[in-house]
Amino acid sequence: MNRPKLKQWQEPVNIDAYPVGSTCPSDHLTSINAGWRTYRPVIDTDKCVMCLRCFLLCPDGVIDKSGEKLVIDYDYCKGCGICAHECKPGCIEMVKEEK
Amino acid sequence: MRKFISGNDAVAEGVRLARPHVISAYPITPQTIAVERLSEMVEDGSLKAEYMHVESEHSAMAAAMGVSSVGARAFTATSSQGLLYMAECLPYASGARMPIVMMNANRAIATPWNIYGDQMDSMFLLNSGWIQVYVEDAQEALDMMIQAYKIAEHPQVLAPMMVNLDGFVLTHTYELVEIPEQDKVDAFLPPIQMSKQVMALDDPKSLCISAGNDFNMEFKIKQERDLQNSVSVIESVDHEFHEAFGRKYHGMMECYKTEDADVVLITTGSITGTTRIVVDQMRAEGKKVGLLKLRYLRPFPAEQLRIALRDVKHVGVLDKNISFGYEGTIFTNVNSALSSLDTVPKTTNYIGGLGGRDITKGNIEEAFEQMMSSDHHDKIQYMNVRCEQ
Amino acid sequence: MIKHNARNLTNEEFFYGHKACGGCGESLAVRLTMKILGERTFAALPAGCMSAVSFIYPNMAFTTNAIITPFASTGAVASGMAAGLKALGIENTQTVGFAGDGGTADIGLQALSGAIDRNDDIIYICNDNEAYMNTGIQKSGLTPYGTKTTTSPAGKNLPGSITMKKNMFEIVAAHGIQYAATASVGYPEDLMAKIEKAKNTKGTSYVHIFAPCPTGWGHGSEVTIELAKQAVDSGLWYLAEFENGEFILNKNPKEFASVENYLMAQSRFKHLKEEDIEVIKNHRDAKWAKMRKDWQQK
Repeated sequence: MNRPKLKQWQEPVNIDAYPVGSTCPSDHLTSINAGWRTYRPVIDTDKCVMCLRCFLLCPDGVIDKSGEKLVIDYDYCKGCGICAHECKPGCIEMVKEEK
Repeated sequence: MRKFISGNDAVAEGVRLARPHVISAYPITPQTIAVERLSEMVEDGSLKAEYMHVESEHSAMAAAMGVSSVGARAFTATSSQGLLYMAECLPYASGARMPIVMMNANRAIATPWNIYGDQMDSMFLLNSGWIQVYVEDAQEALDMMIQAYKIAEHPQVLAPMMVNLDGFVLTHTYELVEIPEQDKVDAFLPPIQMSKQVMALDDPKSLCISAGNDFNMEFKIKQERDLQNSVSVIESVDHEFHEAFGRKYHGMMECYKTEDADVVLITTGSITGTTRIVVDQMRAEGKKVGLLKLRYLRPFPAEQLRIALRDVKHVGVLDKNISFGYEGTIFTNVNSALSSLDTVPKTTNYIGGLGGRDITKGNIEEAFEQMMSSDHHDKIQYMNVRCEQ
Repeated sequence: MIKHNARNLTNEEFFYGHKACGGCGESLAVRLTMKILGERTFAALPAGCMSAVSFIYPNMAFTTNAIITPFASTGAVASGMAAGLKALGIENTQTVGFAGDGGTADIGLQALSGAIDRNDDIIYICNDNEAYMNTGIQKSGLTPYGTKTTTSPAGKNLPGSITMKKNMFEIVAAHGIQYAATASVGYPEDLMAKIEKAKNTKGTSYVHIFAPCPTGWGHGSEVTIELAKQAVDSGLWYLAEFENGEFILNKNPKEFASVENYLMAQSRFKHLKEEDIEVIKNHRDAKWAKMRKDWQQK
């Protein structure tokens, strides 16, 4: 998947190891958002016409269009349901997460 | 080259020599002539910089932060109400360790309205994480503009720096000032080095980030530790400056005839010159008086003060400010530093010069005489008051 | 100029892993804008939702250079960055400010005005979700009439907010700005076209993006885009541009979609009485009459 990746991050062990000032490298994800989800979107890739509307409208950008089929980055999908609601062929189903 | 110029002109000359990339400034009396001169220098090409006409002091500092965030050298200048208006941005810049240099023309704070010099304005910002230096004359103002960038940009420091000069008494008074040559300044102050915490296309950064209750203290402790440690850089830069230009300012503070003194008056800024004359006069009369010119209020030279004042019987602190409800701010700081001495000298707070009120040689002499006498007097003494208190 | 659509839009993400609420319209506006501006972008965000959710040490959601600015200072910090980049000779970059409705129309208006006056080469995006959401849904200068917020409660005496939205777009245009536009996340292709124009504008440009907030508006997170479209279709928002000194109305519906359907889908408007809705409609009609009369239509 072509999406920013979770970084290995070690908590600074002493004050020296802290950043100089309120600065941090960008592209620096140290936690995922998967736990926010109550429902997960599941794409029926056979029905999907690759119109890419879900890719376009996802506020979290978790739908990767680089392959032949769409792939969802479930680490960062919050389960908002915009993709399913906006999918014209109706090929995205919101499935309850089992905890 | 020597020129007969005002303190504001001297600031502008110093800034020109330091080659900032961007100047963002908003006019306020008595700082205006400094930024007018800088705009002229940009116009005539003698200073290659962007001049941003911002619409407020708040934006002047915010713009300087933008400039600094991409690794460029920023300058701004303000005074009084303007300094207070931009106050929110000061800890912002210091927390992000942005080496911005600012001239502050020390001026009274409203109300009552007053455009003349006292030091109420910068005292409000002692806690802002900025280095604060106070200069005595136009030459020191010019020289400190050059030193300030070298100190602020030093990798061990990376803190913004406020160069304070007394409104009107320094900003508008003409003196003969030595203007250093550009090539010598360039050798002393090389172009700003990209430090690791600024933005870069090949190494993108997020700046002025948030750190919650889980990490915030560690960021602050690091900032505090580095600001404390900047003392050694301040002193070495002054030393290097002396070698390059032949003028020295004695780092954090200057002791004048304090060695065997029974009584010492601590001053900041322009009143130091007057006090020096009084000390010379009284010394000629055989009186053991001395002067301690406090140059830096942040970082605060507590240890140096203890060493310089440990054998003094009585220390006076001249404050051109009041922290309402208590006393002069410098007095509080000095007392705190001296409190850990085995034998703590007596201290008296001389508050004067508010709203530009004169402090005469006579006032200073009276202060010395009062400290030398064994008579009881109140800890806080107002100087040159026009009516009964 | 590139005509952006879902197909040709880059797959690369520059704003990712942020902690915005699910279905957040603003975060979509930032995401799409960043995709068009690209990796050589320097972003300035004042206090507000988008900065609060993207810079929580050690989790950084922007992949490009970005900075949180003082609340009032989006325009000034962005200008400073652009000036610094220019002075350093760093070329082919974009400098963008993303502020909310309060950060733009209230506390940040002065710094924005200064930036436009100087014609600094920055793009200013106003993400308008019609209240101070980050602090808990308080009324801003862009909160419309009849909105229930935590500081404009609806009760016996008041219908919620009693002011109309400030005309930010026209306030900006009155400066003689190089380029300004309004957009909505409900019309993403139009939005992207406007960002592309802003990107290609030398000097200051301003794009005011209407972006629903499920948390603050009280609607399901899945209907964000639908509501953003309905707002335009019902005439409560409009798509327009200001270019070469002229106003252009981009979309002029023959008939407005139902205002009631739009309002009643959101808990912030559920209390509205018929007469309150009349006020809203009358205000809309007066605004549209003026736009249709004075603005070009393309």
